[in-house]
Amino acid sequence: MLQVTHLNVVLDELVLAKNMSFTLEPGKVNVIIGPNGTGKSTLLKTLFGDIQAKSGEISFANQTLQRKQLSQWRKQFGYMPQDIRLDVELSVLEVVLLGQLNTLGFRLDDTVIEEALTALDKIGLLHLANRDVNKLSGGQCQMILFAQALMRKPKILMLDEPVSALDLHFQHVLLDHLDTQTKQQDWITVMVLHDLNLAAQYADNLLVLKDGQLIASGHPSDILNPALVKAVYNVDADVTKDASGVPFVRTIRRHTTTSTHVENTKQRVFNPTAEFLI
Amino acid sequence: MQSNLISDAVSSQRRSEKRRWSVIGILLIILVCSFILDVATGPSLLNVKNVANALLNLIGFPVEVDPTTKVIVASLRLPIAIMAVVVGGVLGVGGAEMQTLLNNSMASPYTLGMAAAAGFGAALMLYFGSLGIDTNIAVPLGAFVCCMLAATFLFALATMRHISSGQLILAGIALLFLFQSLLSLVQFVSSPELSQQILFWLFGSLSKASWTNLIIIISVTVVCMAFLIRDAWKLTALRLGEERAKSLGVNITQLRLRTLLIVAIMTATVTSFVGIIGFVGIVAPNIAKMLVGEDQRFFLPLSFIIGAFLLSSASVLSKVIVPGALFPIGIVTAIIGVPFFFWLILGKRR
Repeated sequence: MLQVTHLNVVLDELVLAKNMSFTLEPGKVNVIIGPNGTGKSTLLKTLFGDIQAKSGEISFANQTLQRKQLSQWRKQFGYMPQDIRLDVELSVLEVVLLGQLNTLGFRLDDTVIEEALTALDKIGLLHLANRDVNKLSGGQCQMILFAQALMRKPKILMLDEPVSALDLHFQHVLLDHLDTQTKQQDWITVMVLHDLNLAAQYADNLLVLKDGQLIASGHPSDILNPALVKAVYNVDADVTKDASGVPFVRTIRRHTTTSTHVENTKQRVFNPTAEFLI
Repeated sequence: MQSNLISDAVSSQRRSEKRRWSVIGILLIILVCSFILDVATGPSLLNVKNVANALLNLIGFPVEVDPTTKVIVASLRLPIAIMAVVVGGVLGVGGAEMQTLLNNSMASPYTLGMAAAAGFGAALMLYFGSLGIDTNIAVPLGAFVCCMLAATFLFALATMRHISSGQLILAGIALLFLFQSLLSLVQFVSSPELSQQILFWLFGSLSKASWTNLIIIISVTVVCMAFLIRDAWKLTALRLGEERAKSLGVNITQLRLRTLLIVAIMTATVTSFVGIIGFVGIVAPNIAKMLVGEDQRFFLPLSFIIGAFLLSSASVLSKVIVPGALFPIGIVTAIIGVPFFFWLILGKRR
């Protein structure tokens, strides 16, 4: 269990986590949603130990995150940052191999290479193995970086917008694979998603962030409703449920100029979208 | 079926590794040729075949050899030729690692002011009359100290948590200008004779090569290279971007510092003995990258070999441009370097 208690993160005087507490369980896919700039990526970086919390505690398996034992802490993580540019003269296979950085020797064993290739095969990209990464599309890079993150055999897997560049097919390939592996390997998976419907389909636990605060959490079918969407994104929406009980969010276009929503935080008095629509 | 595809992909990876090793092998042969040519050229015209025989004889093969040739080769030509290879190699590797570290193919110890700092240190020593120490020791020492001073400043910046590679490069370029101005200042206040002496040091020259200097340079190089090769995979990971390397478990700050220190020591050592030799540091890694990519297991040795080849062939040229005279090698490398550089830049546009 990954436990976060009373976490406060402040960066450049901007509060990105305000007294946040939650617990993430193994074998569950946890999805973080929330508006831009609300502290989602920051939260992942804080869990990874890349950003130092102002106060609060993060612990996993009898171990507490401390600056002194950072490399030990990080060994348990697979982390896929948001940036997917790969401007480097390396082959796809070499990039995936780097996922196992700590075990690579000067000469590569067949088994190590086979493992990386199997990882590529599982996401349907074996045919790209010997291509140069800098000639691939953004979506292909993203899939390859996903394979790389899995190579670390993490206990905790964190993905920052892992489907941002993927087409419909690969969105589902990635998320299905992630879901199966999470359950099979008993990982704690945490990812940031923007698409509420993908989140609703794949999350076992949804964490809703706004202005550095965890304003709701739980199973999507329990917490996703029009009021929440309105409160978080200031967008009107219908939320229906399909036969298996998975919520479906359909947003409603704003025709009127009477949008009265005024955000009640100091940092965002001006809402460009709202202003623009008036 | 799938396992077949995987074993196909494994063998295709092996083939690609083999191809890159053969590229390294071929360039090594070219380097050996230019090395022999370097030994063979000079004021007393030696025949290439005799030189090759003398070299074979020196490394223990029972080959008949003319004694005069053997003496010239062993005591005069060989140290210079080896110096060219080692110094060129070190400059190539220094450039390669700076480019890796700073994620910028235009970075090198030269562009970051380390060479300029060494030049300033040497000039300062010459100006103060070597402080009473033997000039052959004092000048390299001054160059080494100043070069490490510039590097220390860069270290200090690199340890700061949120400093980007771009900012580090800018700081390096600022250092370059600072030390160049200081160097001009020393020249400005020096007598014309002294100023000329400084100028000649700055041109770069392999002619001060001796077996003692070589032993120092080679030992430093071997140790530093061993450290770099140990970090080969981490350095490769660094090229995916700092954040991603971090996510793969690389301690960025430590790796930066360690690599910067190694490059600084290597650069300071060679620069202090041969003066300022530009362009090898930028050009060699760029060619290596084109030939074998950025897997450091291949990139690192090839940067060394290409750097070594560039300086070795520049050394040949410096002797044949004006027959009987030794042209300053620092000038030759830049003259070959510039057209090459343009070719690289234009080639990249494709």
